[in-house]
Amino acid sequence: MIITNLRRHRVRTLIGAAGIALGVATMLSVVGLLGGAVKMFERILRSDAEMVVFEKNVSDLFFSNVDTVVADELAQQSFVKSVQPVLFAIVASPDRPVVTCFGIRPEDGRLKKGEWLQGSVEDFRGDRDGIVLGERAADFLKAKLGEKVELGQQSYPVVGIVRLENGFENGGVFMPLRACQEAFHKDGVVSILAVALAKDHEASEVKQWVQQHHSKLQALENDEFSKSYSQFKILKTTAWVVGGCAFLLGGLSVTNTMILSVFSRIKELAVTRVCGFSRTQVVGMIFGESLIVSLIGVLLGWGLSTGGLWLLREVPALQGYIEPRVGWAEVAAATALAAITAIFGAIYPAWYAARLKPASALRFE
Amino acid sequence: MIEINDVWKSFDDGKIAVLKGVSMQVAAGELLALCGTSGCGKSTLLSLIAGLEDCDRGIVKIDGREWKTEKEKVALLRKEIGFVFQLHHLMPDLTLAENCMVPVIAVGGSMAMAKQRMSELAEMTGVAHRLDRSVRELSGGERQRGALVRALMNDPRILLADEPTGALDEANREIVFNLLLDLVKKGGKTLVMATHDRAMADRCDRVLQMRDGRIVM
Repeated sequence: MIITNLRRHRVRTLIGAAGIALGVATMLSVVGLLGGAVKMFERILRSDAEMVVFEKNVSDLFFSNVDTVVADELAQQSFVKSVQPVLFAIVASPDRPVVTCFGIRPEDGRLKKGEWLQGSVEDFRGDRDGIVLGERAADFLKAKLGEKVELGQQSYPVVGIVRLENGFENGGVFMPLRACQEAFHKDGVVSILAVALAKDHEASEVKQWVQQHHSKLQALENDEFSKSYSQFKILKTTAWVVGGCAFLLGGLSVTNTMILSVFSRIKELAVTRVCGFSRTQVVGMIFGESLIVSLIGVLLGWGLSTGGLWLLREVPALQGYIEPRVGWAEVAAATALAAITAIFGAIYPAWYAARLKPASALRFE
Repeated sequence: MIEINDVWKSFDDGKIAVLKGVSMQVAAGELLALCGTSGCGKSTLLSLIAGLEDCDRGIVKIDGREWKTEKEKVALLRKEIGFVFQLHHLMPDLTLAENCMVPVIAVGGSMAMAKQRMSELAEMTGVAHRLDRSVRELSGGERQRGALVRALMNDPRILLADEPTGALDEANREIVFNLLLDLVKKGGKTLVMATHDRAMADRCDRVLQMRDGRIVM
């Protein structure tokens, strides 16, 4: 009966489902895009490490100051395999207001993972000023190997151009750590330490050491960091709030559809009652219809967001920056929200339908 | 079988009195016609018997008991009573077969058995070849015969018919009414029919004349 009712009012069903579909698509797209961005940034922090050490209570890692000496001390501990200090900075170039700079040591593994388009990894040396550009950065800075690039107050020779999978890195500038510290007046300090643990050692050993020796710093495992970092929390919360609002708007279309559905077949509902349908059956029918409309909306929205995100990923200007992450958790959350929306959307129509008096409803014009 | 004792019913907060102390009895298997002009209270009386409305005062009993609660009223409509309206009230976007299955869905009965019964009833009423057609494609007579099939799907013991031929042309009126009588008699059912057609009423076992909310003879 539920399916039959939806089938015979296809247009109305599709309009109701379209509202939910747009809500689901918006939600999954926003959550997917921001979630992807967060994951990309997480990967920048991680490189080959399992832990991050940074200054306690900073709102943003750009403001974190960790003494480079700590990196050397930590690297000597038996429970540590390697420590990579990274300095994050933002600088303006003549045509670009924001360019992300990564101050790293030559032994940092992240440049080795990339595809070198020009130059080689050996040319990136800690004792010189030569910088390596991500492919996108080279593109918008219009720079080639051997040329000088103006960043902030200084010019730096380009010693390599590398294609990196991560959009942020591919659009960034890699500077030798010391040059980066000088350029940004951060002598002797870095933003974070990426710590790789020695075999058979626990993260708790690093945490304990940091707590004992550098109480102003904090050591967290990557997952802990992702969950606690306020910028990530803000991004994720924003994504869910924006998505949720879109969803609520979609939910209104289901309510509207169900109200129309009930009001346009008052006589039919009365006839079903005369044929022996109980109030509970009528209410169940309305809720069932609403739930199925929402389910169709979820499926359409899922398809729509998958297609939309795929298209975005294919846009040349966004290459590497879009790495949507729509997992089962997000789909499950959207489905649950759709179900809740469907139930709330059907409450009034179902209540109205249940209260119909068959004899009066049959006289309804 | 049906006992109605001093039943009163009004609408619009008592401003419109429709039934004013109606009393009557209908025996099992009896064919009773309620005659009277429009607005005399025939349809309201049928609604009260079916439990679709509650009376303000008085008693309505079916099989010696009142069916007062929601659960009892649903049970009454599912098993004891079939209803045929002046207008067929079939769902226009469904096929005739789908419409006929609505009472079976309400009861949650066996679909296979229901299909068998639907085929038999449709055969008897001459709409077997139209079962898979949308209601929109059916003629007025076919629709009303389809409504008759639907009313009898759960094999009720009482059939309430509210001007069942009132919306049909003369030829179809005769066909549908003959079918109605035939099915009721063959099935040993009780019929209470509201009509203003005296000729049809006279073919029932008994005729009660209603006027201004009262039974006058």
